[in-house]
Amino acid sequence: MLIVIAVIFVVALVSPWIHRVFREKSGWVLALLPLGSFIYLASWLPHIAGGNVVQESTAWVSMALFNVDLAFYLDGLSLMFGLIITGIGTFIVLYGSGYLGGDANLPRFYCAVLLFMGSMLGVVLADNLISIFVFWELTSFTSFILIGYSHEQENSRKAALQALLVTGIGGLALLAGLVLMGFASGHWEVSTLLNEGNIVRDHPHYVAILILVLAGAFTKSAQFPFSFWLPGAMAAPTPVSAYLHSATMVKAGVYLLARMNPVLGSTEIWLLLVGGFGLATLLISAWLALSFTDMKQILAYSTVMALGTMMMLIGLGTELAMEGLAVYILSHAMYKGALFMVAGAVDHEAGTRDVLKLGGLRSLMPISFVAAALAAISMAGIPPLYGFIAKEIVYEAALGAPLWSVLVIIVAVIANIAIVAASAIVVIRPFLGKKVETPKKAHEAPLSMWIGPLTLAVLGVLLGVLPFLVDKALMVPVASSVYGAPLDFYLSLWHGINLPLILSLLTLAGGILVYRNWDGLRESSPMRLYQTGFAQFPISGYDGLVSGLLGFAGLQTRFFQNGLMANYLITILATLLIAVGYTFITRSGLIWDPSFENVLVQEWALTIGIFTSLGIMLAFGHSRLTMVIGAGVVGFALALIYLMHGAADLAMTQVLVETLTVILVVLVLIHVPRIKDARSATSRVRDAGVAVAAGVMMTLLIFAVTAAPFDAFISEFYAEASYPLAHGRNIVNVILVDFRALDTMGEVVVVAIAGLAVYALIKMKRFGSSGLSKAGGAESSNAASKQGKSS
Amino acid sequence: MKSLILHTATRLMIGVLILFSLFLFFRGHDEPGGGFIGGLVGAGAFTLYAIAFGTEATRKVLRIDPITLIALGLLSLVVSGLIPMFLNEPFLTGKWLFIEWGAMETKLSTPLLFDIGVYLCVVGFIVTVIFSLEEE
Repeated sequence: MLIVIAVIFVVALVSPWIHRVFREKSGWVLALLPLGSFIYLASWLPHIAGGNVVQESTAWVSMALFNVDLAFYLDGLSLMFGLIITGIGTFIVLYGSGYLGGDANLPRFYCAVLLFMGSMLGVVLADNLISIFVFWELTSFTSFILIGYSHEQENSRKAALQALLVTGIGGLALLAGLVLMGFASGHWEVSTLLNEGNIVRDHPHYVAILILVLAGAFTKSAQFPFSFWLPGAMAAPTPVSAYLHSATMVKAGVYLLARMNPVLGSTEIWLLLVGGFGLATLLISAWLALSFTDMKQILAYSTVMALGTMMMLIGLGTELAMEGLAVYILSHAMYKGALFMVAGAVDHEAGTRDVLKLGGLRSLMPISFVAAALAAISMAGIPPLYGFIAKEIVYEAALGAPLWSVLVIIVAVIANIAIVAASAIVVIRPFLGKKVETPKKAHEAPLSMWIGPLTLAVLGVLLGVLPFLVDKALMVPVASSVYGAPLDFYLSLWHGINLPLILSLLTLAGGILVYRNWDGLRESSPMRLYQTGFAQFPISGYDGLVSGLLGFAGLQTRFFQNGLMANYLITILATLLIAVGYTFITRSGLIWDPSFENVLVQEWALTIGIFTSLGIMLAFGHSRLTMVIGAGVVGFALALIYLMHGAADLAMTQVLVETLTVILVVLVLIHVPRIKDARSATSRVRDAGVAVAAGVMMTLLIFAVTAAPFDAFISEFYAEASYPLAHGRNIVNVILVDFRALDTMGEVVVVAIAGLAVYALIKMKRFGSSGLSKAGGAESSNAASKQGKSS
Repeated sequence: MKSLILHTATRLMIGVLILFSLFLFFRGHDEPGGGFIGGLVGAGAFTLYAIAFGTEATRKVLRIDPITLIALGLLSLVVSGLIPMFLNEPFLTGKWLFIEWGAMETKLSTPLLFDIGVYLCVVGFIVTVIFSLEEE
C-alpha cells in the first residue's frame, strides 16, 4: 500500500511533464493511475470479504517514547473509502481534463489533485496515529491549493484560506487528541487500539481525548457550526468540489470517527456529542439548501446534510446504524459525485448554474440529463435506486435510536423532505420546462465530462436493483469494522409494508409539496431570516474572529516594531535581562570565581586589541560605515580566538559570515536615509543603563557557566563515533550532515524561507506598496543578516 | 562599480574562488570545510562579481535564478532523507556507496547529497538577498 501511495505522489510531481507530452490526451493517460490503484484495491475484495485484514509497516521515525511508522491497515472500512477515492478519482481526472481543458494552469490541477488523492488514500489506509495526522494535514493543504485554483480572484483566495484555517485548527486539536490517546493507551497503531478500546474509554483523559478528536472530525466534515467553510469552498472549480467537497475529503472526519468508534464509541457522551451534532447539522443544512438558487450551493448544503446524517449514524452506534452508515456513504458518494459533475457541465456549457436562469436543457444535453435524473432520484431516495435502500436503513436506524428515537425520526423525516425538494430543484429546473436563453449556447458536454456522472448514476441503479452485488463483498465488512464485531445482513429493495416505507412515502409527498411552493418559500421572510441566522451568521463570526486576530496582531506589531531600531534593541535586551537574569539568580546564584592563570599572552593581547579598537570606533566614528566595520573587527578577532583553540571550522565560518554580513549591512544602509540622533539626554542614559546591565549580566553568566565542570561525554562520543559510524574525520561536518542532520535541515529551511521573505518584501516595495511594507523590507533584511550570523 | 583594478581582479578571482569553494566543499567531511562554508565562499564569489559588474551580468554568469538554487537545495535535502526510506530505514539515515577504482576509492553517500543541499541553499539565500538589495 505504501508503494501505491508513493507512486501516486511521484506521478503527481511529474504530471506537468506528462501533460506536456500528451497534451489533450493527458487526462486519459493520468486517469490510468487512479484506475490502476482502484483495480489493485479491488483485488483485495475477496480477501476482505472473508473477514481478513491486510497490514504492512515501514519504519519511519523511531524515538525513545514511541515510533512513527508508515503502517497501513486495510479492512472493510478503509477498503470502501479507498475504492471511492480511486474510483471517483479516475472520473475526476478525466472530468478535469475536459472542464479545465485549454486552461494554462491545468498541469497544476493535475499535480494538486493527484497529491490530494495520495494524501486521502493515506488517511484511510494509515494505521499509525501520527501518520494518520500527517496525511490528514496533507489533505487540508492540497485542498487549500485546489480551492484557490483561480488564485487571481479574491473570493477564491479567501475561500481557500477559510477552509485551511477552519480545518487546520481542527487538525491541531486532532493532533493533540491523537497524541493524548497514544500516551493514554500506550498504543500508537489503530489496529491494536481497536481491541484496547476499554483502556482509552476508562482513562481519566477520555473526555479530553474525545473532544479534541471530535474538534478535528467536526471541522473537517463540516458539522454545524463549522459547516460554513464547505459552501464557501464552492469557489473551487467543479472537479474539485465534486471530488474533495462531496465524495472524499469532507468524509475524512466521518471516516475517522467510524474508525475510532470501537475505541472511543458506545459511551453516553459519544452518543450525545456525535449523534447530537450530526442531528443538528442534518436538520439545519437540509433546509438551508432550499434557500439558494446556485446548483453548487444547493448541492453543498445537501452534502453537509449527508455528513450530518453519517455523524448521527456513527453516534447512534447500533448494528442497524452501522449498516446504514456503510450503505449511505457508498450511495452518497455515487449520486453526489455525479450531481456535482453534472452541475459543472451545465455551468461549463450553458454559462450559468443558477437554476432560475436555466431550463429545457434536456434536449440539448441529453446524456447529462439522464445522469442527473438518475442521481437525483437516488438522492431523493426513490426506488429502485440505491439511495432508497440507504434512506430506508437510515429510517430504521433512527427508529431504533437508543435515546429519544421519536425526536430523531421526526428530524430525519423533516430534513429528508427538504432533500427530496432539493433533488427535484437541481434536475427539474435546469433540464425540464421550456427552453431559456442562457449566457452560452448550450450543447452536450464532451465524453470526458459525461462518462463519470453517467457511470456513477447507472451504478446507483444497478446496485439498487441488485444490492447483493456489494452487500456481502463490501457492506458487511464495512459495517463490521465500524461496529467492532462481525455483523451479518443482506440488503433488499422490498421490506414489505412497514413504518420506514410509510415514512418514505410521507417524505416523498412532503418533498413534492415543498418543491411546488419553492419559489414562494425561498423568497419568504422566515427563509431569509433562516439563511441569515444559520448560513451568514457563522461566516460573520469567523470573519470577526479573523479580523480581530489581525487587529490584535497589528496592534502589538505597531507597539513592538515601531520602526525605531533603538526600541527593538531595548525590548530585546530588557526581555533578556529579566528572563535570563531572574532564572540565573534564582536557580544558580552568582558565582564569582574567575581565574586568569591559564590565559595566554596572545589572548590578552587580542582581547585588549578588540576593546581598544571598539572604543576608538565608538568614540570617534560618527558614520554608520565606521560602526559596521567596528562590529566586523570584533567578529574577525573572535575568529582568531576560535583558531587559537583549534576550531578551524568555526573560525572559517566566522570570517566568511562576518565578511558577507558587512557587505549585506552596507547594502541595506545605502538605502536607509540618514536620521539624526534625536534622543533626549534621559533616554540616552536609559539606553546606556540597559546596555551596561545586559553586558554585566552576560559576563556574570559566562563566569558561572565556565565555573561548572565540563562534561566531555557528548564531544567524546562524536570524536570516537565519527569515523566508524559516519565515515568522516571532520566532526563538525559529520554532526551537521549526519548525526544531527534533522536539525540542520530545519535550519536550512529557515534560511530558505528567510531568503524568500527578503525577496518578496523588497519586490513588494518596488511595486509601490504602502509605507508599512517599506519598513518591512529593511527590517527583514536586517533580520536576514542576523540570521546569517547566528547560523 | 567602475574600477579597472576591481574588474580585472574579479575576473581572475572568480574562478579561483569558485574552485576554492568546491575544494572546501569536497574535503569537508574529513577536514575543515563542508557545505555551509563552501557555500559561503561560493556566495562570496558571486557577491564580488555583483559588486564589480552589477547584478545583470552576474545573473548571466550564474545562469540559474538564485531562488531556483534554494529550491534545488531543499529538494536535495529531502531526497537525501527519502533514499534510506526506500531501503526500509528511517528518514535521513546515512547510506554509503564505496566505489573502487584500482587503488583509488570514491565514496558516494546520502550525507554528501545532504551537504550539496546545504551548499545550494546557502549560495541561493545569500545571492537572492544581494540581488534583491542591489536591484532595488
